[in-house]
Amino acid sequence: MIWPYFVPQSLVLQVRVMSLTRQEVEKIAHLARLSITEQEMPVYVTSLSSIVAFVDELSRADVGAVAPMAHPLVGQSQRLRADEVEDTDRHEKYQANAPQVQSGLYVVPRVIE
Amino acid sequence: MTHWETVIGLEIHAQLATRSKIFSGAATAYGAPPNTQANLVDLGYPGVLPVLNAEAVRMAVKFGLSIGAVVAPRSVFARKNYFYPDLPKGYQISQYELPIVQRGSIGILLEDGVAKTVGITRAHLEEDAGKSLHEGLANASGIDLNRAGTPLLEIVSEPDMRSAKEAVAYMKKIHTLVRYLEICDGNMQEGSFRCDANVSVRVRGAEKLGTRAEIKNLNSFRFVEKAIHYEVARQIDILESGGKVVQETRLYDSDKNETRPMRSKEEANDYRYFPDPDLLPLDIGPAFIAEVRSTLPELPDQKAARFAQDFGLSAYDAGVLCASRELGAYFEAVVGRAGAAHAKLAANWVMGELSSALNHDSLDIDRSKVSAQGLAGLLARIIDNTISGKIAKDVFEAMWSEGGEADMIITAKGLTQITDAGAIERAIDAVIAANPKQLADYRGGKDKLFGFFVGQVMKATQGKANPAQLNDLLKARLSGGP
Repeated sequence: MIWPYFVPQSLVLQVRVMSLTRQEVEKIAHLARLSITEQEMPVYVTSLSSIVAFVDELSRADVGAVAPMAHPLVGQSQRLRADEVEDTDRHEKYQANAPQVQSGLYVVPRVIE
Repeated sequence: MTHWETVIGLEIHAQLATRSKIFSGAATAYGAPPNTQANLVDLGYPGVLPVLNAEAVRMAVKFGLSIGAVVAPRSVFARKNYFYPDLPKGYQISQYELPIVQRGSIGILLEDGVAKTVGITRAHLEEDAGKSLHEGLANASGIDLNRAGTPLLEIVSEPDMRSAKEAVAYMKKIHTLVRYLEICDGNMQEGSFRCDANVSVRVRGAEKLGTRAEIKNLNSFRFVEKAIHYEVARQIDILESGGKVVQETRLYDSDKNETRPMRSKEEANDYRYFPDPDLLPLDIGPAFIAEVRSTLPELPDQKAARFAQDFGLSAYDAGVLCASRELGAYFEAVVGRAGAAHAKLAANWVMGELSSALNHDSLDIDRSKVSAQGLAGLLARIIDNTISGKIAKDVFEAMWSEGGEADMIITAKGLTQITDAGAIERAIDAVIAANPKQLADYRGGKDKLFGFFVGQVMKATQGKANPAQLNDLLKARLSGGP
């Protein structure tokens, strides 16, 4: 896991402190199915707190008069495609990338509900 | 009336009958070999972009119009984030804050004639996930992504239902509607139409809803009813023994007829929705809505109202006959030949003998072994008194199992009804002569013996005596002279 180190130190220092707890970071890691070691944990707590605090700066902007935007491309809307089958079966080609395949299925560690 | 009140809301997933997927050009046909209908978009390869299927949008609008809902002029697609191997992107594209269909309602009619309106909070477009298969793989799961990206319309009701029966009636009504609209094939075995039930109980008269459990993936009407019954009893047990119902997701096990908590998914109930940056907002203008409106067929309620009015049927019977477009068409074809004056007879036969024969052989109406024309031919012989209703059932059975026209069977088996009064009287006289004791008892006040005499005469005529004539003649004979 490398990306938290990309947060520039200068950035971390200039934002006000808004911290995530260790439990919150553990929960996020679990939701993202990431395993974080004991040594890595403080780094993640600090770095993620900095990122959240940085983004939280946005809440200082007054947007009272702005309609909520789902997308920055104002005035444009979703284009539709005709309901036509355009793709043929190429699963063998796609599955060449898979670590394990059996009878056409992608094989993954067992998941049970 | 018990102390507890059941409250149910349903989330129905209807698979939309498009040819291609909601965001890709891969096919949606059921039953293809694994992963042969999953393209790069469905597999969540980097750098691919989803493009929305116009037909899926049209179908959602069609549904919205048919339940009197608001079709949102602008709706937004969102990412619902969770990790599961059958969801390669790590998120499902769905709609969250701004769904395409908002605030509609639908009427249901219960067997006892009670009518009720069920509110539909919303219906939104989303993509289906793939399938995980566990058999034949040691400590591993196999993933088939053919279903990934198949368009779904998730129809969310208000918590308006108060019993398992109401929930089933609502689900059946939606099932009927989506098939009328031809937006979903309704095939429950293949998973094209399935539902989750939110079930809670509260003290009757209480305003606040009880804590609910969500029962996942119910794929038959019978399972919905059984799962709700089980769940309600379970919750009442907990509350009556002083416990608290836990909000959780449960699975219904049809083999054991019980619900049990799902092991892993509830902790992941933090979906972190946000608008999908890959998709622009969906704008739907009045012209598009008008165009879709012009394609709406006669809806089930409209057809049922017409049947009730034109043919003098009860609202419930009319509703049953409109349960599918095909059944309605069959009934209309029979009435068309038999004549509107005999619509009730036709309705009774379609809902009675025909339906039980279909059920018995697990056939849909469009695969009926007796055609509408064939049934009308049989009814014509009842109407013109050639055969009695009772004999007609035998003829129907022969038509169903051996094929052939009613007339052919009636002639071949010599089933023509005896309407010659003289012949019936001769049979009556013979029966009376053979049963002097019963005659004396009857005349002595044992009215019930009338049935005995009817039975004996029918037996003597192999069931061919016209029942109405037999009744009249027998009555006269028994009460009359020696």
